[in-house]
Amino acid sequence: METPDMKPDDPAAEPKPCACQGGAVPPEAEKSTRRELMLKVGIGLNVVAGAMIGLPLIGYALSSFVQKMPLAWITLGALEKFPVGTTRLASYPNPNSRPWDGDTAMIPCWVRHFEENGEQRFQVFAINCAHLGCPVRWFEESQLFLCPCHGGAYYADGSYAAGPPPRGLYEYEYKVENNELLIKGGVLPTLADTNV
Amino acid sequence: MMPVLKNIYQWVDDRVHVTKLFESTAGHHVPLSAGSWFYVFGSATLLCFIIQVLTGTLLAFVYVPSAAEAYTTLEYLTYQQTLGWFLRAVHNWGSNFMVGIMLLHMTQVFLWGAYKYPREITWISGCILLFLTLGMAFTGQVLRFDEDAYWGLGIGAAIMGRVPLIGEGLVHLMLGGPIIAGETLSRFFSLHVFLIPGTIIALISLHLRLVLTKGINEYPTPGVLVKRKTYDAHYKAILKREGVPFFPKAIDKDIVAAAIVIFGILAAAVIFGPKGPSGPPDPTQIDTLPRPDFFFLWIFAIAALLPKDLESIVLLAGAPVIVLILFALPFVCNEGEKHWRRRPVAVVSVIMIYLVLGMLTYLGATSPWSPEMDAWAEDTTPKEFMIDRTPLELQGALVLQYKQCRNCHAIDGIGGHRGPDLANVGTRLTAPQLTRQVLQGGGNMPAYGKNLSPDETTALVAYLVSLRPAGVPAARDSTTPAVPPAAASAQQASVQ
Repeated sequence: METPDMKPDDPAAEPKPCACQGGAVPPEAEKSTRRELMLKVGIGLNVVAGAMIGLPLIGYALSSFVQKMPLAWITLGALEKFPVGTTRLASYPNPNSRPWDGDTAMIPCWVRHFEENGEQRFQVFAINCAHLGCPVRWFEESQLFLCPCHGGAYYADGSYAAGPPPRGLYEYEYKVENNELLIKGGVLPTLADTNV
Repeated sequence: MMPVLKNIYQWVDDRVHVTKLFESTAGHHVPLSAGSWFYVFGSATLLCFIIQVLTGTLLAFVYVPSAAEAYTTLEYLTYQQTLGWFLRAVHNWGSNFMVGIMLLHMTQVFLWGAYKYPREITWISGCILLFLTLGMAFTGQVLRFDEDAYWGLGIGAAIMGRVPLIGEGLVHLMLGGPIIAGETLSRFFSLHVFLIPGTIIALISLHLRLVLTKGINEYPTPGVLVKRKTYDAHYKAILKREGVPFFPKAIDKDIVAAAIVIFGILAAAVIFGPKGPSGPPDPTQIDTLPRPDFFFLWIFAIAALLPKDLESIVLLAGAPVIVLILFALPFVCNEGEKHWRRRPVAVVSVIMIYLVLGMLTYLGATSPWSPEMDAWAEDTTPKEFMIDRTPLELQGALVLQYKQCRNCHAIDGIGGHRGPDLANVGTRLTAPQLTRQVLQGGGNMPAYGKNLSPDETTALVAYLVSLRPAGVPAARDSTTPAVPPAAASAQQASVQ
């Protein structure tokens, strides 16, 4: 069965609008100004509607750009866990944790307990190397923190020793309350936000 | 039977115009010379993308993009889900092949001058597709939510944190909060599965559309120059002279290449299997050696080798500068010679770029700048560095081991390679110089002054001085008298 003479793209097949009758002003001219107005109103309405739906979307997507998560005091446990003269690994739960964080809810840090001028003091260092954030490891015998990524090295007090880091280790604010060591945490320290 | 099918086809074609669409796309005319083995990389890249979409979609049947569950579902996919390991392997190797073939495609169109008039937008859209594909590689590495993914995010955040003024906001935007957590994985999932692939599909459409409207680059002839005024007529003439429909006259090599690519991906997937997952994404397990995936090892190497003052500038400005150069290329070199034989600068640039990227990738893979974290406890000392030593020197050997010097210093190649190998250090530095270096550090070595007793230092330096080949005298400086020439030559004779 052949389809008889169907040429859907043939312009002759469609009825042509004819504006050539008579000498009077064709009604289309008036119509078109009305249509133009309609088009303008339509565009205007859509700009408003687009903004009303678009701005909240942008606000949602960028919320973490502006939203400040509050830092919180978090306990690292009883002081006995950190004997004087040692540097030990501790971990604490992220204060802004979500139920679906899984393993990532816990954040490690280094706790140094030392005596200076007869006074007992702490230093709590972020795990993240100041170079590119890899986890530094403590070496008791050489009293150094070493980074496994690019070989950044820090002395026991967190100060810069060698390698590519632009500064010493990031340090948490700490306080001792009810025989517990507390730190102010809740942010991944970077050069933009040193957490100190 | 056949007439019925024919009728059905005609009915459908009448409604949706398949034949017309096919003729104007797959059947578009190309210069016969474009049916070359060098012209197969574009379609091969597209094929890789299709494989990635198919395997990725199926992996998402099982994968759960939740920080708490992702690792478990990866293990389930790898070890329990029927053929899950196979899909993971094909997806991983498909991505390797895609980046590799895409680079070949880019190299080819660069050397064949295809980016010149009138195909500027084709080149630029291709460059954006390369960046998006690398974006897929990075986000995909994060979705393989293991320890490397976690610390890879940390590295990304640390680089973002170097941006002046808005660094903090950018870090939080990237991580979906102030810290790597559940929301980080969710947004990388959205990027990897919706945003970037959607953009890639849109840009592939543009890229292919431009191939149709502006035509595929004719195989260049040395000496035939591109001129804006005459090129269009020139190309039309070529098509008139030797134009053939791409399908079925010029597609043969693409088809063969497609099969080779699929066999290649399958072979790699079956032989090498899926990548990871390595340890769970538990940040409290710090006994880890974070390494990025293959494509980013060169950046990892740059981060180790740059001088400190240059680092932030290069890490942050590097990408925009590369983008700018790539985008500017078709406008700066819009006309002229296309054939690589008459474009020595282009050829040398390609060789240099491949050498630099290859060298940096090799260094990134071996990372000699990283300390060997367990060398002090595990690495052996070759016996020639132990025999015929005094008790003091042997005590020094213990100090060297115990104070973890071996983590950065190898002895005869065994140990870390961050610092110099100590096998011949006694021939390079005198005892006072060694003492100063050990106590004060410097030149990328920490100072051990607070950390070594005088006795330990004495023993260590005595051992270091003894580290030199038999018969070679210890290093001396201008304050120690030179060995008399006669004695020296006698010594040399005995060495030989």
